[in-house]
This record gives sequence, C-alpha cells and structure tokens, in this order.
Amino acid sequence: MSAEPLPLTEQFQQGLAAPICLTWELTYACNLSCVHCLSSSGRRDPQELTTAECRAVIDELQRMQVFYVNIGGGEPTVRPDFWELVDYATGHDVGVKFSTNGVKITSDVARRLAGRDYVDVQISLDGATPEVNDAVRGPGSYELALRAMRNLAAAGFAGFKISVVMTRHNVGQLEKFKAIADRFGAQLRITRLRPSGRGADVWDELHLRPGQQRELYDWLVAHGADVLTGDSFFHLSGYGGALPGLNLCGAGRVVCLIDPVGDVYACPFAIHPSFLAGNVRDPGGFAGVWRRSELFARLRRPQAGGACESCPAFGSCRGGCMAAKFFTGLPLDGPDPECVKGHGERSLAAAAAAPRPSPDHSHRTASHRAGERRPVPLTLLARPPVTACNANPLAGFAPGALSPP
Amino acid sequence: MACAASTEPAAPFDLDAPWQLDAQVRVRPEAFGALLYHFGTRRLSFLKSPALLAVVRSLATQASARAACTAAGVPPGELPHYARALQTLAASQMIRQREAA
Repeated sequence: MSAEPLPLTEQFQQGLAAPICLTWELTYACNLSCVHCLSSSGRRDPQELTTAECRAVIDELQRMQVFYVNIGGGEPTVRPDFWELVDYATGHDVGVKFSTNGVKITSDVARRLAGRDYVDVQISLDGATPEVNDAVRGPGSYELALRAMRNLAAAGFAGFKISVVMTRHNVGQLEKFKAIADRFGAQLRITRLRPSGRGADVWDELHLRPGQQRELYDWLVAHGADVLTGDSFFHLSGYGGALPGLNLCGAGRVVCLIDPVGDVYACPFAIHPSFLAGNVRDPGGFAGVWRRSELFARLRRPQAGGACESCPAFGSCRGGCMAAKFFTGLPLDGPDPECVKGHGERSLAAAAAAPRPSPDHSHRTASHRAGERRPVPLTLLARPPVTACNANPLAGFAPGALSPP
Repeated sequence: MACAASTEPAAPFDLDAPWQLDAQVRVRPEAFGALLYHFGTRRLSFLKSPALLAVVRSLATQASARAACTAAGVPPGELPHYARALQTLAASQMIRQREAA
C-alpha cells in the first residue's frame, strides 16, 4: 500500500507536534537539599509562574494534547496552589504524575489522592536504608519518604511509584528497593544519576563504576518488565540487547522541561543557557517555543555521531545522554562519559573544563552549594534538605508501537 | 510489540463486530500516524500509519471493523495485519466492542 514507514524512533528524532512527556518543575523551593539535585533547588525564585500563568500553561497543554505532565521541583507540594493546579490539570485532560519527597503526604492527603483518577504519585528514595538514603537526601528524609509510602498504602493508593536515582552506594540494594516497593504495592522506578545541577559536584563520587553498570544492566534485563526506568539507561544497551523503552534521547524532540519561571529547556537534565529554548511567557506561549525554537529545530535534525559512528554499539546506544556529556565537558558528538566500551573515560581524561550548571537556587546555608566541589558526606549532613528533583522524560511509559505490516 | 503481545488473548480479533474507541481514550494525530492515550490505564500507544488512524477513527461510525478497513482503503490482503493491530488495541482496552446499531 505504501513504502515501509520509518521506524518509530527515527520519526521521534524528527520531533512531534507536541511533547509526549513533559516535565514541569513547579518551584525551586524545597525543604531538602539533595546533593545530586538536577535543578539545584532550595530557594523559591521570586519570578515563579503565578497560579494564573500556570493555568494558562495547562490550557495550552490541553490544546496541544499533551496528555500528562510529570510535575516536580524543588518540592512541588510546598506551593500553596499545588493541589488547585493538580485539580485544574486533571479537569482539563492533562493527567498528572508528581514527584515528591513525601513531606506533604499526610494520611489525609493520601486518602484524597487515593480517590482521584488521573493523578499518580512518585516518592523519591535514594537508599533502601536510612544511612545510604540520608547521606544523599539529608537527615530524616528516609523516614519522611517511608511515612508517605505507609500513608499511601494505608489509603489504598495502589501502584504509586518509588523513584530511585542509581548511585554506587545504592546499586547493591536493588533487591531491597524491590522488596520495599512490593511491601507497599508500589512500583519501583530507577533512573540514572546525571551530572546536572548539584549532581555535577558529586558525579565523580557517586556515579556507577563500570562493573556496577554491568550489574545494573543484567538486573534490568532480568527485571525489566516490572521496573520503570524513564528510558534512562539506553547508554547501557551497548552491553547487548536494548532495554525496554524507546532507547533514544528525546530532548527537544519528544520531551522537554518547563522550569518554575517558565523557561523551556530541552530536557530535565539540561538546565543551562545552552539548552534554553524560550519561555512560556513569550508571545507565542509554550506552543510557540515547542514549534519554533531554533534550538529544538537543531535537535530535530539528524545528529552527527562523530567519534562514535564507527563503533558497533552506536546503533543501540546512539552516543548516550547529551546532558551527561555536556556537564562533564565532553563533545556532544562523542561518547557518553559512562560509555560501556570505556571510550567515555578516555575522553574525560582529555576533556575541557566542564560548563557549570546554572542557574543555582540552592539554599544559601546548605553545606553543598553548586560550584563547591567536595566529597559526598558519608556521615549524616548537618543541614535540613532533601528533594524530589529527579524528574524524568518518558517516565512510566511502556510504549506499545502498533503498525500494520 | 512484545509487551503488547504478552497481554493478547488467544481469541482472534472479530473483524465483523462493531467497535469503538474507549471513552477514556484521546487521539493525537502525528506525522507518522497518531498517539493514543488512555486516561484510565495511563497507557500510551502509537499508531504507526495514517491508514490505521483512519480505521480507528471511523470504527464508531462503521458497521464493523472490516467496514472501517474497507472505507480506509485497506486492501483485502492486508486485513490480517490490521486485525492484529486492532487486537492489540483491544487487549490494552484502547478500543472496545459496541452494541450493534
């Protein structure tokens, strides 16, 4: 009847009429100060979108048929209008999944959430034990998350997500995380640590060692059907078969980020002027940015594989994560810093100085502000903080691609 | 495909029954076909051809899935492929049988 259509991933690389999956950081304010926060959150930005502006964005998303958003922050639930905005979105054909450290998930809130359609909750947890979790997310954050999980489970909220950023200290706890998820009737979601935001400061100390990457890959191959990954480990597909998911970088093509002041970035891991496409306050609104941004147009054109093109794994890993390369000072058309063939390590040795993530909304009092390289505390931090800032593209999303022949 | 196939019941798709999109499903046309989202199951599916989109869109107004395929210009030889795609959509609750008019 017609020529064989391009594979779906090729189609996606050329960009879609609207994002499949949009991350919206509602506020930079956070009660925690996780050492790896992608958005360097802590303090509220005075230019934050107002309630009315947020509603206008939701109206646009409805018109563009963006079916759901992943809301994060900062800690989104500390916005006084948070629940109002969730209601507004779900009342306008925009489903919501929000990421939280659990601070506002009391038993009352859990009961209300359990009664809602179109709202999903994702609790961040970066250690299956308090020691491992709190070293990254701050003292008391493990108990905060567990309390939220107990409340959700007691309220009958089935299938909420437990979201874990993989580090060299928690990768050995995968079975324990799975057991926690099973205990609460929740679903485990694991994602990649990125050198974005404050993550740039701790990446060297926290990112997986090569042997651990292999362990993770094997575990994902064995458990892939039950565990969500937000498609974040496609750089590991060089080990063998591709992992479930789209296995492509969706930045500016099927994914993007709206930050608390309305800035639109190519992806949640790329909060930096180099990946800023526009602002929802611009005259064309969000749709104008998505359709006409020069940055997005560039990302949707065929990308050069550069040094990776001659590698047999390039067809599956596609050179890995753009943000991971950028924030480690690697060229965007070369290997990922965590390239499973070891090319990333060699490139890193020769890399230029890495760009600093910006802007920075870290708590001024926090012991770990972006820009101050220091070892990850292995004892408990002396400061408050924690966060739900591990937002993710293509989260929770198991595509069933349908084609006739 | 694999994930969708695992939930497929053994019964073949009933091309001669009347079908419709589930009320909780929204359709977003794209250059390659369309994106379907089910607000109840929170599942996303992709229709990888404009012809399949035309079939899905006309299900509710055609007497049967077979009639919807014919109206969309699907050659008889390709019907089994379309039946398989529709079966996958039915298994994931994107489409369901409706009462005959």
